[in-house]
Amino acid sequence: MTRMIVGPFNRVEGDLEVKLEIDGGVVSQAQVNSPLYRGFERILSGKAPFDALVYAPRICGICSVSQSVAAARALADAMGLVMPANGERAVNLIHATENVADHLTHFYLFFMPDFAREVYASESWYEDALERFAAIKGTAARDMLPARAQFMHILGLLAGKWPHTLTVQPGGSTRSVTAGEVARLEAMLAAFRRFLERHLYGAPLERIAALSSAEELAAWAEEKPTENSDFRRFLHYSQALDLAALGPSTGHYMSYGAYEDAGTHLFNRGLYMSGKARPLDPRLIVEDLSHAWYAASGGPQVPFDGTTLPDTENKDAYSWCKAPRLGGDVVETGALARQLVHGHPLIRDLVARTGGNVQTRVVARVLEIALVVMAMERWAGDLVPEEPFIGHGKMPDGAEGIGLTEAARGALGHWLRVERGRIANYQIIAPTTWNFSPRDEKGVPGALEQALEGAPVRQGETEPVAVQHIVRSFDPCLVCTVH
Amino acid sequence: MPALKAESPRPVRLFWLQSGGCGGCSLSLLGAEAPDLVTVLEAANIDVLWHPSLSVSSGADVIGLMERICEGTESLDILCLEGSVMRGPNGTGLFHVMAGTGRAVMDWVEALAKKARYVIAVGSCAAYGGITAAGSNEVEACGLSYDGRKPGGLLGAEFRSGAGLPVINVAGCPIHPGWLTETLHQIAAGRFSQKDLDEWERPLSYTMHLVHHGCARNEFYEFKASAERLCDLGCMMENLGCKGTQARADCNMRSWNGAGSCLDGNYPCINCTAPSFEEPGHGFTETPKISGIPVGLPTDMPKAWFVALASLSKAATPMRLKENAVADRFRQPPVDKQKKNR
Repeated sequence: MTRMIVGPFNRVEGDLEVKLEIDGGVVSQAQVNSPLYRGFERILSGKAPFDALVYAPRICGICSVSQSVAAARALADAMGLVMPANGERAVNLIHATENVADHLTHFYLFFMPDFAREVYASESWYEDALERFAAIKGTAARDMLPARAQFMHILGLLAGKWPHTLTVQPGGSTRSVTAGEVARLEAMLAAFRRFLERHLYGAPLERIAALSSAEELAAWAEEKPTENSDFRRFLHYSQALDLAALGPSTGHYMSYGAYEDAGTHLFNRGLYMSGKARPLDPRLIVEDLSHAWYAASGGPQVPFDGTTLPDTENKDAYSWCKAPRLGGDVVETGALARQLVHGHPLIRDLVARTGGNVQTRVVARVLEIALVVMAMERWAGDLVPEEPFIGHGKMPDGAEGIGLTEAARGALGHWLRVERGRIANYQIIAPTTWNFSPRDEKGVPGALEQALEGAPVRQGETEPVAVQHIVRSFDPCLVCTVH
Repeated sequence: MPALKAESPRPVRLFWLQSGGCGGCSLSLLGAEAPDLVTVLEAANIDVLWHPSLSVSSGADVIGLMERICEGTESLDILCLEGSVMRGPNGTGLFHVMAGTGRAVMDWVEALAKKARYVIAVGSCAAYGGITAAGSNEVEACGLSYDGRKPGGLLGAEFRSGAGLPVINVAGCPIHPGWLTETLHQIAAGRFSQKDLDEWERPLSYTMHLVHHGCARNEFYEFKASAERLCDLGCMMENLGCKGTQARADCNMRSWNGAGSCLDGNYPCINCTAPSFEEPGHGFTETPKISGIPVGLPTDMPKAWFVALASLSKAATPMRLKENAVADRFRQPPVDKQKKNR
């Protein structure tokens, strides 16, 4: 058996270290360490409740709006405030722009450049992958960066800027939209649709959204040469390298529900456990501190009573990440979980055949770009310029609130308690806190730790490429993880 | 100062580290436009040796590169740090140990800074401590050469990089992509010197201005027609905590994400380019007042004059502005006298 420490990882958001034990050419055990602690929960303690809207987005520069939405929802819950329909649509448009841009950034800048690594130099597709996806220098980045930047003009218009806006408020959006601006939004969405259909898919969004089985996906991919689109390229590489065999999921998935719309969600809230959809009870969520550098406090904590007291003396600890569990279970979260919970037929069929893995995580993300952009077109068209975009309310001196939402990379929750008009406790559980959690008190490893077990390590590799694919397939955000 | 470009046509070598921050300055930078980031770097002749979100190499390759720079066997032109320096707990730096190295990022930054010709603090965290230093700053976060407003930080107030400059503080939370790309281009072209920095060592190219300059609400400001709720169109200085008349940046003279600024998003400027902006001493969206008069008046204007002018202009406020100031959309259009009986 040999031991290996992998890190720093680039092309993940934040810093990450993975310790591997390797036995007979495969990973037998993994420990995932999130090495940065900043203490946002401690910063927020004692602040005026509304100041959470300034601090919380600054937890993360890539999930900034998601943090705003979770904070706004927690505050609204504490105040009993409901957004007007326009407010929901505007906030959904702002949030969706960030999430779609994140999916795009992940695919083009974080995930695909690994196929341009030298280790693949003997593959028949390598030259094309190198030309298209080489980090910084590839042609894909040149196509994608201007399209992404133009797409984000939606945030210039609706949110003032990105990241770190204050437009998203408990009662809706501060920024009313005029009829002329609705037209501008629709034009910006049309331009982005054109980029997606030309470069990412080589097909209309509707065609991608309607794919309903593994056969249909394979048949669609075969219709045109691999070089026709970047999604076809991915499917080709994935098949050649059998990415469906890499990074198996635990089979337990959770989504808080994404994009609230008149009491429902565009993508449902719930669980998908070993092939069955189930309702989610957020009261079953706890955080276990047994393997993290925090002062232990007598077993797992419910978030409302959670504590964050750094303690580097904890002998069993190896990460700053706490270990969230749902009724004792390790669950995976992200685009794959969202689409499984919601019941997209393509994703359900792929997972029924091969389980959750590197390939299905990426396919779910790419599919979701099409689904969300189509929803954005509807929300923009449904804005009613004459009606209000925001409601206002007062925070009681004492209250509790929960804000649950979905960042690009999965389930994000804020738990807020206000006492005597100030924040008495603020606990945050981010998507990658779930996915990259360390072991819990029973010694059960987190979702990535389990997914890494069995990963092949090639002769002489110091940065095993399989490990790189598996880690990035979760689209981790380490700055959110520990916060 | 010798011009890097004239000395050698070789690319200017840039190394980027992240520590106690959110990565938002990098993400903002990815939004660079007209031209895009890749083209901007090419135009400036900058070779990114490593950037945590962009480069292909991981692990041993990066560590090897850092070691060679520290030993002096490879040169480093520009070191960028994004995020605060994490000194805690108790000065150990253990709140951020660089993955794969077992060594505090704080120590890596210090070692690399000694070898760099230019050191840039990207964002307010790296410059002054920023958001990570908020509250009671239990994590001992600070900037490269400031701890809030106090000179010092990790490298000390006397620090000068190889080219003889202090740390260049491209402050902002986040930075506007142009603030950094233009500074990088000037450095690479050998056209950046001490005189291009303001009193907090921020590039004057963007801190020569106030956020107030070019604010679309200037007419409301002139007549002291104030917004009352977040969403109203009026000036946000009197009630909603806006610091645009004091904050140093050209936010309303160049657009953010092609179309906006905080003010255009209908929320106040929180002065994020300034040291210690993270602890304003009042709610971010509330204006502290003493007997009804805002405390934070424009810094270089005599208070008595401000109060006198304000009461005068308030008396002269047109009805159109009074109504629009407290509305969430323009209700009264300007009137053309030639056609007023329309």
